[in-house]
Parts: sequence; C-alpha cells; structure tokens
Amino acid sequence: MYSTGVIGSILAITEAAESNLLSARWLMALSLGFHIVLSCLGVAFPTLIYLAHRRGIRNDDLEALTLARRWGKAAAVLFAVGAVSGTTLSFEMGMLWPGLMGTFGDVMGLPFALEGVFFFLEAIFLGIYLYGWKGLPAKVHLATLIPIGISGVLGTFCIISVNAWMNEPTGFDLDVYRATGEVTDVDPWAAMFNGAVWPQFLHMLTATYFVTGFGVASVYAVGWLRGRRDRLHRMGVAIGFAVGAVTAPLQVLTGDIAARNVASSQPAKFAAMELLTETTSGAPLTVGGVLIDGEKRFAIEIPRLTSLLQDFDPNSTITGLDDIPEAERPPANVVHLSFQLMVGIGTAALALSAFSGWVRWRTGDWPTSPWWFRAVAVSGPAAVVALEAGWVTTEVGRQPWIAQQVMLVEDAITPRDGIGLVLAGLVAVYLGLGGSAWFVLRRMSQRWRAGEDPPAPYGPPAADDRFAGGDSGDEPEVGQVEVDA
Amino acid sequence: MTLADVVIAIVWAGVLAYAVFGGADFGSGAWDLLAGRSRAGAKIRKRIDRSIGPVWEANHVWLIFVLVYLWTAFPEVFAAIVTATFIPLIGVAVGIIFRGGAFVFRKSSSTFESARFFGALFAVSSLVTPFFLGAVAGAVASGRVPLDGDVDPWAVWLTPTSFLGGTLAVGTCMWQAAVFLAADAKRDGEVELAAYFARRSQITAVVLGAIALSGIVVIETDAPTLADGLETWGAPLVALSGLGGLAAMFLLRRGDHELARIPAVVAVVSVMLGWGVGQYPWMLVDEVEITDAAAPSATLWALVLAFGLAGLLVVPSLVWLLRLTAVGALSTDETRDDSSLALHARLSATATAESD
Repeated sequence: MYSTGVIGSILAITEAAESNLLSARWLMALSLGFHIVLSCLGVAFPTLIYLAHRRGIRNDDLEALTLARRWGKAAAVLFAVGAVSGTTLSFEMGMLWPGLMGTFGDVMGLPFALEGVFFFLEAIFLGIYLYGWKGLPAKVHLATLIPIGISGVLGTFCIISVNAWMNEPTGFDLDVYRATGEVTDVDPWAAMFNGAVWPQFLHMLTATYFVTGFGVASVYAVGWLRGRRDRLHRMGVAIGFAVGAVTAPLQVLTGDIAARNVASSQPAKFAAMELLTETTSGAPLTVGGVLIDGEKRFAIEIPRLTSLLQDFDPNSTITGLDDIPEAERPPANVVHLSFQLMVGIGTAALALSAFSGWVRWRTGDWPTSPWWFRAVAVSGPAAVVALEAGWVTTEVGRQPWIAQQVMLVEDAITPRDGIGLVLAGLVAVYLGLGGSAWFVLRRMSQRWRAGEDPPAPYGPPAADDRFAGGDSGDEPEVGQVEVDA
Repeated sequence: MTLADVVIAIVWAGVLAYAVFGGADFGSGAWDLLAGRSRAGAKIRKRIDRSIGPVWEANHVWLIFVLVYLWTAFPEVFAAIVTATFIPLIGVAVGIIFRGGAFVFRKSSSTFESARFFGALFAVSSLVTPFFLGAVAGAVASGRVPLDGDVDPWAVWLTPTSFLGGTLAVGTCMWQAAVFLAADAKRDGEVELAAYFARRSQITAVVLGAIALSGIVVIETDAPTLADGLETWGAPLVALSGLGGLAAMFLLRRGDHELARIPAVVAVVSVMLGWGVGQYPWMLVDEVEITDAAAPSATLWALVLAFGLAGLLVVPSLVWLLRLTAVGALSTDETRDDSSLALHARLSATATAESD
C-alpha cells in the first residue's frame, strides 16, 4: 500500500512540477501532510507520558517510569522535527500564498499569534521536562508535563481556527470585498471564532489522541508479536490502547458534528464527500464508487440514508454537484474516497475498541490473543492513514477555493517562478528528515532492547564497538507514513 | 506614538529576543563547525550541546513570533518581503530544517559516525541560516523591497548591503555565542574550555569590529536612507553597541565571564535597535511607512492583548527555564550510572523523604 502510494505521489509530483500552481499546492500538501502527524504526537504524546510517569511515581513502578523516560526521549526527536516542519510551514504560508496572507493576514492572523504563545510554553516546559530528570524534585518534574499538554490543546484550537476560517471566512465585510476587493470592517475575534471552528477543533483534537494512542499501542504490539512479551510491552500497549479506545467513540461523534457543519456551510464539499451527483430529496448513502465521465460506477447505494443521517428526515433534500457551478466543483472522487477511507477506519477502530472494552469489563484485562495484538499493531498505521484521509477530505474538498467563496487558490499564489524546483528540493529534504528520524528512533529502541542507554557520542569510541545489529521493530512508525501524504 | 508604533515595537522586541537567544544558538552551532577534528573537538561539541540543548527549541520560537506578528499586523508588507526575498528565505527555511533536525538527531545518535554526520549538518546550517537572514534584512534596510514585492529575485539580495548584513549576522552570532559559552564553561569548572571560548570571542570581536567599520562605507553608498538614520537617531545606539563590545572583552580578560554576558547582550541589542531606529518611520525603506502599512486597529489591539498574554505566561516560564539552565539544574549528562535503576532509587528515596 505504501509503495503504490509513494509511486503514485511521485508521478503526480513530477507532473505537478511543470505548473507553478500545482507545484505550490503539492508543496503545501506534502509539508502539511508531514507536519500533521508530528503535531498530533506533539499534542497528545505528553498526556501519555504523563500517565506512564505518574503511574511510575505513585506505584513505584519501574517499568512505567522506564516507559515515560523512553517516550520522553522519542518525543524529543519527534517534537524537534515537528518544530522545524512547523516553522517551514509558517514560511510557506507567506512565500507560497502571498495573495491570501497579504490580503487577509490582518483578518485571520490573530490565532497564529496566540498559537505562538502556546508553542512557546510547550517548547519551554518540554525543555525543562526532558532535561529535568536529575535536577528537579520528582513531583515538580512530573507537573511540567501539564502545561505542555494544555498548550498543545490550545495551540490546536488556534491552528484549526485558521483552517476553519478558510472554510467559513468571516470577520470582514464580504459584500464590500466582493464589490471592490477592499478588506473592511475587520474583526479578528469574529474571524477566530468563525462558524466552523468548534466542529473542526473538536474533531482534530480527538484525532491527536486517536493517532497517538493507537500509534504508541501499535509500536508495543509489534514488539509483543516479535516475542518481547514482558510487562513493559504489555503496559505500553495498555496505556496507548486505552487512550485510543476512549477517544474512538468521541472521534466518531465529533466527526458527525463536523460533517453536519460541512453540509450546512460547504454544500459542494459535502456533495463530493457523499458523491452526490444530483440534488436529491431522500439522498442515498454511497459506499465505495467513483465517478467516471460523470457517471457513478461501482457504488453501493443505501437508499435515503444520507438524508436521514443529515436531517433526521429520510426525504430531506441534499444539494448535489449539479447545483454547483462546474468551475467551483472539487475533484469529487478524491474527496469521496478519502472520506470513506477515514470513516471506514474510524468505524473499525470503534469496533475494536468496543470489543476490547467489553473483554476488559468482563475479565479485568485487555484481550490476550495474538489476533488482538495484530489488530492493535495495524491500528497505529491505520490511524495515521485516517488522519491523512480526513485532512485530504477537508482540503481537497474546498478546491478550487483557498478561502471558501472568497478567494481562489490561483489568485493567492506567489508570482515567483520555479516552484517545481523548490518542490523537488523539499521532497528530498523531507525524505531525509523523515528517514533520519526513523533511523534514529529505530537505533534508540535497539539500544534500549540491548539494555543500554548511553549518552550521545561526541568523539570516536574508545575501543568497544557498541551497538552492532539487532532486529527492527519497537519504534514509532512516523518515518514511513508521511511520505505517503 | 500610534498604535501601529506600539505593535512594531512588539515585533522589534521579538526580533531582539531572537537576535540574542537565537543568535547565541546559531553562533554555538558555528563554533561546533570550527571545533576541530573528531577527537580534539569532542569536549567542545559536548559543551555546546549542553549549553543549548534545553533551550534551542524555545529560542527559535521567537522567529515564528516575529513572522506571525508581521503577517497579522503588516500583511501587505509581509507579503512584499517574502515575495521579494523568496530565494534567501528558502535558504533560511532549509537551514532551519537541517539545523533543528540534525541537532536532535546527533544527540540521539548511537554511533560516532552518525553523530559526526548530523553534527556537521547542524554546524553548517547554523552558519548558513543567519547569513541568509542577514541578507533579507539587508534587502529591506537598503530599500530594495517594493510594496508589491515585484522585483528581480536575485538582484534584490545579491547586493553589498545584504552581504554586509549576512556577514554581520554570522559574526555577531559567533561572537556572543563565544561569550556565553565561555561563561557556561567557567560556571561548570571547565577552565580550559572557558579560556578556549574567551580567546575566540576576542578574535571574533576584532574581525567583527573591522567588518562593521568597513560596513559604514557600504551603507553610505548602498543604503543612503539607512545611513542618514544611523548617523542621526541611530548613532548613540551604534556607539553603545561598540562600548558594550569593548566592555564585554574587558570583563572577559579580567576573568569575570559571567558579568561579560551583560554588555555582550547590550552590544547585540543596541546594534539591532540601531537599525530599527535608523530606518524609522519606514516600514519598507523609501516605500511605505509603518502607520500606513498597519492593519486596522481592531487587529492591532488584539495583537497587543496577545502580547500581554505572552508576557503573563511566557515570561515567567522562560525565566524559570533560563534560571534552571543557569544553575545547571537541567542536565544532559545521562551517563550510565544514571540508568533507570539509579533513577528509580532516587525517586523512591524522594518519596520516602516526603512521606516522613
């Protein structure tokens, strides 16, 4: 799956390099697709570390403490990569889309400024936590994780607020803008608290815990399946899975809220998500299917279900793509299939969580069969795929607009040439960055397994060749997934 | 003083903080590059890692702070600058990616070979990034960025002022980093390293002074508006910067490394501020003034509020972080004796002590 995705992406990118607009869009898509995974970990990982660390201190639990310590080290690498990919994004926002930032920066820039505050707090307390194992009192040290977790949540709100603004632009006089191109009556608070922000924020926030929880559980499940059946691995699975399982129903619930919001404010995106070619009363739910020459093929239709789900009325009318001017229609197949992929994975995760919760309720512990561990092992990469698919749904679903009904993507792009070259360079840089993170984390886990936790080598080794070989596994799977974005 | 002036002052506060904290970070990386061959340089590199490890991420948030404040408060100018200086900004962005990534990868390396690879990447990008930032500053300061950003993407920064800006940026970063590192080394009782960095800060000071003096000619001919400003309102600040530099060198020579950091910071802050004052009231020199480029007041007020929030939350946290670093409470020394078991023992002991 990865390889076809990668090859497909590379082919698409090669094509894109010939057009500045396509290059810029791919550049943004890749940078965001890379960053979104790391930012999820950045938001939710501190909570998992907190859970393990607290258990370690309270119960005098050596394994829990070891987990916290190792996760902290992995988080240091992931957060650093996230910090640089996030900084790159703030460059790209302006460099690639000066039309958007130059025109509306004063309308929707405020949450970015506030996010700066939260990012600052995150970076400060992370520095203290990571380096405070020796010098801080145990309780103070543990408590430094709390501001990291809270800042992550508030930072998510700020970033999502800007994306929500692009979906529902407010905070200025729309009529004057449409008539004259002048931005007047600017109200940055109204822009920040636009109509889409709460549904999108809640859905994204749960996604961070969903991805991180299942991701961490998956790493330890792989270790377990490879024969490392100790208490440490069992606990790594348990903590991660518990967070994922608690989040799964919330993920579905917030997704429902978000979809309703899209249906009411972005009918074109909703029509594409549901692959609804014509405005229909009593609209069916389409499972699978693609549009070929405007015809819906290979689809299973469940009569009236979309109307029922959307309006609690089997006969309600839902806008179809035919009511959207042709130039303003998003590429329906991409949007529909991404949406279905996300919903499918979310539903599967909910089922796995419900089953496991039931077992835990009956027996007092999570299931123990290898099949359960296999399912958990798959859940992490699947959660990342769902994350990317959801993000593709909302971003591609807004095309051709950069700000819905206000500004087209093509009107926001930089006049600079050669974006294709920048794209090629960035692909190389991010492959290197992702590959290095993957390599470093993998080596780290090999060392842990060998029972070593040495300081970084600043000079040549004395005589001993320390870490030779070792099999793989036991590391977060970030390195390979972003490439598929 | 208008509201726009208040907000540009906030932006400048961010620029100054980045120059001091981020600058010391970049400079440390540059010294890493010059630390010598693997065996000889090991101690120096370890020192550098210890000094910037806990703080580097926070130090670079200042840049993001400046970017987001610029695009929210002065959106058109921001768009103009990033469009005009597209090419050096790519250099900055790539430098930041390599730098941050390689720094943390080195710290997590398991073999010396990979540590050396990532270390070299970190060090080279530490040198390249401030150069490009200085080049961007040179393009703005010499009045080459028009409000529509429509300008030859190469000619705008391949200029004497940009070259001067880049060189000064690199030199300043290296100089203050050497002062800071000397102080850190002395605090931790590393006498040899303290002398090593003190010596290097003196050499850099001489080179930097020579560049700055010859820079007067460059600015005079290549950036006349800035030159006028520097010779009038900016002059006291430039003089103060020179004095700060001399004072820092004097204190280092006397062996008061800790105190030397203060005039060093004064020197960096006042030369940067000299540039800001020198080009006031221009936002883009000879093109648009600050007040005319500013966002509507609703946005500016919101930004002032956000800054207040930052002051309430970030400043105390940052002070705590820097204090902990300064007293050596944050340690990168995770030697073998500090294994999980020893850690466990320590925590148990703490718990027992507390319950008593």
